[in-house]
Amino acid sequence: MNLFSTLGAVIRVVANCPLIKLECAIQISSCCYIIPLSAMSIDKLVEITDLNFSYSSRPVLRGVNLSVSKGSIVAIMGGSGCGKTTLLRLIGGMIRASSGVVRVDGEEIRGLRREQLYEMRRRMGMLFQFGALFTDLSVFENVAFPMREHTDLPEAMIADLVLMKLNAVGLRGAARLMPSELSGGMSRRVALARAIALDPMLMMYDEPFTGLDPISLGIIGKLIRDLNDALGTTSILVTHDIHESLRIVDYVYFISEGQVVAEGTPDEVRHSTSPFVEQFINGRPDGPVPFHYPAPSFEEDLRLEAVRS
Amino acid sequence: MMSKLFSPVRKLGHAIIDAVLRLGFAARFFVAVIMASGTSFRRFSLVIREIYIEGFMSLIIISVSGLFVGMVLGLQGYNTLQRFGSESALGVLVALSLLRELGPVVAALLFASRAGTAMTAEIGLMKSTEQLVAMDMMAVNPLSRVIAPKFWAGVISMPLLAAIFSAVGIFGGYLIGVRFIGVDAGTFWSQMQAQVDVRTDVLYGVYKSFVFGIVVTVIALFEGFDAPPTAEGVSRATTRTVVISSLAILVLDFVLTAFMLGGN
Amino acid sequence: MERSTYDLWVGIFVAAGLAALLVLAFKAGNLGASDIGPGYTIKANFDDVGGLKVRAPVKASGVVVGRVTEIRFDPVRYQALVTMKINDAYRFPMDTTASILTSGLLGDQYIGLDAGGDSVMLKDGDTIRLTQSAVVLEKLIGQFLFNKAGEGGKTSAGLPSTAKAGGS
Repeated sequence: MNLFSTLGAVIRVVANCPLIKLECAIQISSCCYIIPLSAMSIDKLVEITDLNFSYSSRPVLRGVNLSVSKGSIVAIMGGSGCGKTTLLRLIGGMIRASSGVVRVDGEEIRGLRREQLYEMRRRMGMLFQFGALFTDLSVFENVAFPMREHTDLPEAMIADLVLMKLNAVGLRGAARLMPSELSGGMSRRVALARAIALDPMLMMYDEPFTGLDPISLGIIGKLIRDLNDALGTTSILVTHDIHESLRIVDYVYFISEGQVVAEGTPDEVRHSTSPFVEQFINGRPDGPVPFHYPAPSFEEDLRLEAVRS
Repeated sequence: MMSKLFSPVRKLGHAIIDAVLRLGFAARFFVAVIMASGTSFRRFSLVIREIYIEGFMSLIIISVSGLFVGMVLGLQGYNTLQRFGSESALGVLVALSLLRELGPVVAALLFASRAGTAMTAEIGLMKSTEQLVAMDMMAVNPLSRVIAPKFWAGVISMPLLAAIFSAVGIFGGYLIGVRFIGVDAGTFWSQMQAQVDVRTDVLYGVYKSFVFGIVVTVIALFEGFDAPPTAEGVSRATTRTVVISSLAILVLDFVLTAFMLGGN
Repeated sequence: MERSTYDLWVGIFVAAGLAALLVLAFKAGNLGASDIGPGYTIKANFDDVGGLKVRAPVKASGVVVGRVTEIRFDPVRYQALVTMKINDAYRFPMDTTASILTSGLLGDQYIGLDAGGDSVMLKDGDTIRLTQSAVVLEKLIGQFLFNKAGEGGKTSAGLPSTAKAGGS
């Protein structure tokens, strides 16, 4: 038995030989945009100016301007499909803007080469809508994943750190479970623990409240606020759950049809007279956001059908 | 009218353009996987884990199929050969059929349906549940962390599985031919040894299964990586993995055989 | 699962695969039998080598004593030149006859050596002078038909009787 173990180990040693290093970095883009640092204010962690983005020919974002101060929680709100998630992907560098500037911690995301982008992402954490836990790894291993990939910490220290992070989200007892054994709210909390594993400077939440019962929703909301303050992180929250987010955030941007239509602190938003914000807060079916998807007039459509048949 | 008349032609054109495009994407994917292979060799434990899943877990199906294919070859071969009074050539027949054709081809077909589909489904599900994007956001390249280790594990496992298939198959032929029917054991082995050439028979089989290993894993991984992130998309991709890899194995087998016999 | 467990099972898997390859090479293939040990080289010219292949066995009284190492066409003598390696343990007289024979009706071809009576033995690089070419089926049939045609002039009943003999 021991012999076979040794054989496996020998194969690994042979393959680890530095001669077989095939690593070749894929460079997506080598161009660098150099923008004087003085142009941006020091206390803004994320700055977005005149951002345009379109999928093939359909414009998703049109001239978006927004900024996020260090240490604050900013919510980006809007109806489904208005480009909120696209905005997070642009900040994370997963997609590239058609024009405009996205700057995180003074660096322009579009100008970064792949390694630089990865360097930047190590300082970002992202909570995906349904957690996106690795289904073949236990809860413990999921949280340990970023640490194992990016640090050379000894096993004992990783174990301590993982338990600390799990304790912060209240799931230390679930460390040995597999993701399939967790409820929706629990897996989102585990994903949160994983996202804060490397103590990021910027946390991004993609629809953190969707599909949760009121208790889990309250827990996640409280965790977002507490973790932000305890870790000194800056957070961006993309959501359409207005009531929960107004309780925890410092500033709100409303996006509609790819543009920022309103902004302000939660108090300003609650007393806003803007028709869009009113419609959004009160959930009216028709208003500045029309009930109908843009279409030619009803009569025209019907007559056209009649002619065809 | 015209548009209706030409619609089948247009569909054909669309299908061909689509196929060529996908082939191009798959080729680019293959190059990207090779380029992202550094991690696989620096952290070989990743590959070892995948060899366990792809190779070791396929051992049972490969050995059982190999045994039965060998036994059938023994029966059929004996039945045909005894009409010409050449039962002594049974060992040669079993060994050559397995080494040159059945070993690499059947093992690859089984590998495609056992390990290939599992790979496609796993990658497709990881994609549809945003696990790959999440990994990318954690500054870990999914190509080097997830895809490349699976690729190398497939390339390493396939020739070993084919060799095991052939060896077990020859044993199956021996069981039926010598133990059950009663062909002389000495004749069985000595004829085999006299006719089977290590370079042209054993090694060509290994080359073939090596090529099949590359092709099947690339198809399986690409289909998973390229699958639309829905339940239907993943299930279709899994089916496509089996269909495309089986076709690719059989066509390539012909091409490789022609090449090897031509070069002889 | 623990990493060492993977190591163990993968180790077993790889060992089994390599063992299978070795079995194929030595038990099924001729890797073990191919080496005839240290030997000396002799040559022979044949009018026709038929289906003789490189690595075909060289036998004396049915015992393998060497192997064919090279077959090529000699452009000076317009004959095939076969080079073979004979094990050092076996010595053959200068007037040995080399003939190309077939094992069984449809088997592979090999070279058979019939020792003569000369007291001088073949050395490394020597050439065997007495050779007998492979039997080529077409030539044999041609010869047979030629003879039959010759007979046919005398007795017209020759052909049917042959057919009957062949049928029995």
